Amino acid sequence: MKIKKGIPLIDQHDKNYMYGGKFGGNYIPETLKKPIDDLTKLFNKLRKDKKFLKKRDYYFENYVGSPTPFIKLENLTAHLGGAKIYAKVVSEANGGAHKIYNATVHCLIAKKAGKKYIVGDTGAGYAGKMLSMAAKKFGLKCKIFMGAKDIKRQRPNVEEMKKNGAEIVPVTTGSQTLVDAVSECMRYWVSNCDTTHMCVGSTVGPNIFIKICAWSTAQISRELINQVKEEFGKVPKKMKLLNCVGGGSSAMGFWNEFMDTDAEFIGIEAGGPKNSKLHAAPLTKGSKIGILHGAAQYVVQDKEGQIGSTESISAGLDYPGISPLHCFLKDTKRARYTSASDEEALKAYQLVSKLENISPSLEPSHAFAEAIKIAPKLRSSDTIIVNSCGDSIKDKDIIKKKLGSYIR
Amino acid sequence: MKSKISAAFQRCKKERRPALITYTVAGDNTKNNSLKILNKISKHADILELGFPHNTPIADGGQIQGSSHRALKHGIKLKDVFQIVKNFKKSNPNKPLILMGYFNLIYQSGENNFLRNCKVSGVDGLIVVDLPYPENKNFSKKCKKKSINFIQLLSPTTSKDRMKKIIRDSHDMIYYISMLSTTGGKLKVSPRKILENYKKIKRININKSLVIGFGITNKTISSLKEADGLVVGSQLCKTITDSIKKRQNPVTKLDKLVYSLKNKII
Ligand SMILES: Cc1ncc(COP(=O)(O)O)c(C=O)c1O
Repeated sequence: MKIKKGIPLIDQHDKNYMYGGKFGGNYIPETLKKPIDDLTKLFNKLRKDKKFLKKRDYYFENYVGSPTPFIKLENLTAHLGGAKIYAKVVSEANGGAHKIYNATVHCLIAKKAGKKYIVGDTGAGYAGKMLSMAAKKFGLKCKIFMGAKDIKRQRPNVEEMKKNGAEIVPVTTGSQTLVDAVSECMRYWVSNCDTTHMCVGSTVGPNIFIKICAWSTAQISRELINQVKEEFGKVPKKMKLLNCVGGGSSAMGFWNEFMDTDAEFIGIEAGGPKNSKLHAAPLTKGSKIGILHGAAQYVVQDKEGQIGSTESISAGLDYPGISPLHCFLKDTKRARYTSASDEEALKAYQLVSKLENISPSLEPSHAFAEAIKIAPKLRSSDTIIVNSCGDSIKDKDIIKKKLGSYIR
Repeated sequence: MKSKISAAFQRCKKERRPALITYTVAGDNTKNNSLKILNKISKHADILELGFPHNTPIADGGQIQGSSHRALKHGIKLKDVFQIVKNFKKSNPNKPLILMGYFNLIYQSGENNFLRNCKVSGVDGLIVVDLPYPENKNFSKKCKKKSINFIQLLSPTTSKDRMKKIIRDSHDMIYYISMLSTTGGKLKVSPRKILENYKKIKRININKSLVIGFGITNKTISSLKEADGLVVGSQLCKTITDSIKKRQNPVTKLDKLVYSLKNKII
């Protein structure tokens, strides 16, 4: 298994849409074959269409806000006394997270497809919030599927969705988290694919959704590679790019433009509570390949193939699967994956919020936890960049409960 | 040799009626009861579909999800599913039985191992919801080698070109999904329209037995009598749910329901 140079990672699949012959594909009901084929054709056309690209760039610049800041974390660097630590503050994008890129592009595509309705899943609530925002902007009626457990634990984002006029459908099956929201959203699409466009909130699902999502979030690294070159004159040797991974959309976007450089990629999964057997870290904890939401991937499951329960303090990472693209990056050893526990993420949130002007949500706090672990062992000539892709404000309730107080 | 599935369709044709095909979930509401249900309803039904439950189904509506959930809660495993089939086949050797489910369970057992277990227990056919054409080509060939019917699905979204290819690759029986829906949805297309589509498909190859499923209940079944076969699933699952709620015996309730379904199509 090998990654080819000079070809976008999303296009490195075979005729069955499998990456490395093992990951991805389209394990879907017959009813979805045609809508997915149609969407695939439309997207292939649009990504080559100069007018469409101009439109995308226009909205990325004027609506999402680009570029998002790239800053040195002087205090954290001094505190840890090792590598230089930087952050790409993607949480400064409109809406407060990277999910805005995918949501915007999906709405632009839905308009092109002549659809009036758009549906999507959400875990942390960001994907839903952004989709509802963008839907409102582009005049689409929006429905968001969200696990009942997540509705409770991510209230601020739920309020935002409501304000944007989206209908929120609570999903009460299974674990009542992201995995069930994605399933329910797909089931809804099976029944309504003639009138409705579906947005999958991360780089998961049938192949075309992986492609659209990664293509959209790639904006993050398009900005970053310029910012890095401006700061250092070139891409520094062995520069480490740290990103949390749930479904993997943020990390894919953060790494994409650096694929053919010698930047190191480190993905951080949710390890769950320190003393719990449950986690949401299929890559780190040796899960086997299985099929989830239409694609083959490493996935938390039992021997028979029933999808396993997961646990994480961070709703956005609390997902049993992982993008086939990350499976491909792992097996080709292009990226390395590790995990951080709930406790480590909380501590990292606290330290960064105390020392710096940014306050990462619990998802990127997993990545900061790894930075805190490795920075002291590195030299001051080494560079770490963390994608701070969400703001802690949405996790205020959880943090208060766990730490006694909330700072930002 | 003619498959038991073909033979069942032939018998129904002689009687000038569609085959009645039922769907229940293995282990719903218990392993024992699901076997008892199969034994009872096979007196009225011509072909039995038996679901092997998955906890993340992307194409099932609430009723079948509920049945799967119950079965899994009672600890049903694939080996139990095969045991149920084996025991059923002991007393009903000629009644065709089709297993239906999601690919991940087959993938985890290994395709060959799964098919071996099908063969040993007496499974006649397989429906894999999330393994569409052409991705299913290899697996479908393997099934054929073992004389197990791989049943292809067609839907209202399937283009004519694609239909032709799928039908060319199909075995004895083909399943037409009546409408854009998960299982258990209300019939939102008129029976007349469904039959219109049905006849178009039938014309591509009249030798294949073509059945209709999704949205069929004792209210709608008689209006679709012209088909080669009709599948009723969610109504059976719902009846089990209701009988548990009312503390009634699901076995006798299903027996009655399937009997009445049969009466509506003869
Ligand atoms: C702030 C934030 N970061 C990360 C994630 C994880 O998703 P992904 O791995 O697709 O970036 C989420 C998901 O909701 C999120 O809200």
